[in-house]
Amino acid sequence: MTGQVIKFGFVHETINALMKKALPYIIFVLLLFWHIVLFSQDRFPRPEFESGHAYPTNQMPMQRAPGWEYFDVVVLTGALIMTTWLALKKRSRQGLIWMSVFSLAYFGFYRQGCICAVGSVQNVSLALFNTGYSIPLSALFFFIIPLLFALAYGRVFCAGVCPLGAIQELTGFSPVKLPKAVEIILATVPFIYLGIAILFASTNSQFIICRYDPFIGIFRLDAPYTMIIFGALLLLAGIFVNRPYCRFLCPYGVLLNVFSRFAGKHLTITPAECTNCRLCEEACPYDAIIPSDTDQQREEPTASRKRFILYFFLVPLFAIAGAFLLYNLAPSLSGANSTVRLAREIRTEKKTGIESELKTVVAFKESGKTESALFNEEEIILRRFRNASPLAGTFLGISFGIGMISLTIRTRRSEYKPHQGKCYSCGRCFKYCPIKAKA
Amino acid sequence: MRTAGKLIVISPLVVIPAFLAKKTSATGYVWQIDPFKCTQCGQCKTNCVLTPSASKCMHAFRMCGYCDLCGGYLRQGVKTISTGAENQLCPTGAITRKFVEEPYFEYTIDEKICDGCAKCVKGCSDFGNGSLHMQIRHDRCVNCNECSIARTCPSNAISRIPASIAYLPKDKR
Repeated sequence: MTGQVIKFGFVHETINALMKKALPYIIFVLLLFWHIVLFSQDRFPRPEFESGHAYPTNQMPMQRAPGWEYFDVVVLTGALIMTTWLALKKRSRQGLIWMSVFSLAYFGFYRQGCICAVGSVQNVSLALFNTGYSIPLSALFFFIIPLLFALAYGRVFCAGVCPLGAIQELTGFSPVKLPKAVEIILATVPFIYLGIAILFASTNSQFIICRYDPFIGIFRLDAPYTMIIFGALLLLAGIFVNRPYCRFLCPYGVLLNVFSRFAGKHLTITPAECTNCRLCEEACPYDAIIPSDTDQQREEPTASRKRFILYFFLVPLFAIAGAFLLYNLAPSLSGANSTVRLAREIRTEKKTGIESELKTVVAFKESGKTESALFNEEEIILRRFRNASPLAGTFLGISFGIGMISLTIRTRRSEYKPHQGKCYSCGRCFKYCPIKAKA
Repeated sequence: MRTAGKLIVISPLVVIPAFLAKKTSATGYVWQIDPFKCTQCGQCKTNCVLTPSASKCMHAFRMCGYCDLCGGYLRQGVKTISTGAENQLCPTGAITRKFVEEPYFEYTIDEKICDGCAKCVKGCSDFGNGSLHMQIRHDRCVNCNECSIARTCPSNAISRIPASIAYLPKDKR
């Protein structure tokens, strides 16, 4: 017993002695750790001013008040009403030109071309298929209101309200007619543009309509030189081949085309009845006037009926072919997404062993995000593309099939009328018609 | 026939707003840089559609150390430590240095001259407290539908935030 007590006492004594000796060192180490923790928050300690100096405040100016966006919607609606009246009731080409000047000035140069109805398609796609984004109400109005007017009165939006249309309309001096085959082939481009734009916007990859908008550089009077060149070239071409963007590029035009065909009250060439005088045949630079039957040879209906039936049954085949084609293109299309591109760059870096110099790779490595998290994200995005691309392909296939069918259809026409899908309601044909309105 | 077609065609115009009923916001969005994700790559200056860029440096004074030898004002590797223009990081001379009291100096950004190159931001975050940070100024930003800087930002630091918030300064947290 005594031995144990002595042992315990000895241990107790040594521990005491050790503690006394080591205590300053223990405190020193603790202080070091404490100081290091403080050090990691601020490299340089914040000052305590003796003179009572106050911290200056930062100015943080806000955007223009949200009410102004609704004002833009009101201006849009007003301009549409005015253009409708000018095109359908007053039938004034001069009035429509003034309307174009106003829209170019307001929506183009003052609002600098953003937000526009053409780009709103992307906002709608983004909002429909992504949880993190709610579409602003004004953007939704910009999407819907021109379509409603098109459904009722035809493409009056294109006539005098769209700033892109306005700038092309005002610079189209010497119209030249294109060969029919070229026009038909080029008219497929807006469909492809629309399909790809919705695909990219809904997968939150890119807004390509905005990125490749040719005229916004001119509206802002400030753009990278590539955009200025593209816009200028398009306008130069537009002097001869009028409205090139509207006819061969505009994705919103696809929707307006479809909606306008159901318009009850559409622009007419004649204010009263058509007498088939044929004076308006060469009036339309966009080849949107459908001549009547009186002088033309009509081919045998049996052949076109056979072709109609053939194309009718080919539509599902076109749809399937389109879906198949775009499904296989999905990996290439997913390259539009920056996360996918980064993941592929990292994978290439690992495979080749050569360090990538891209800023995105450097930033990714600095961020501390794990590679497996990145590859998971890439997998999810690729799956979204795989799901969405066949839908885009189906849309393209069906549009192509319907286009082919419409080439076989020929209705009986007794008067000269504008093509309800293609006519921009610009009113150039008014002065060619000799008929006066009924008093 | 026409009315039937009209009904078919008008249905998406009814269906889409119905779907979006819960995902419509009355206020808009603005683009803003998250300064904690920013890697000061310098693309804010070059990729904005405007010249000069709408993104500028902002100073979070409450985070600043008020140092004599500021990492964001003076560049590294100088021959003689002085405040001459050859020793300053800012290529446009937009940072003004003002003596407050011993040993503290106050650094303010002159926004009219700042072009958003982020050189001072890099210097400050590498060698200082990181109080200088990039922010998009909404009196200049035209609020593009897709921000060109956001599209190419290496660290995805720019995103849409509600317009009521508008700014993400470093010293608001």
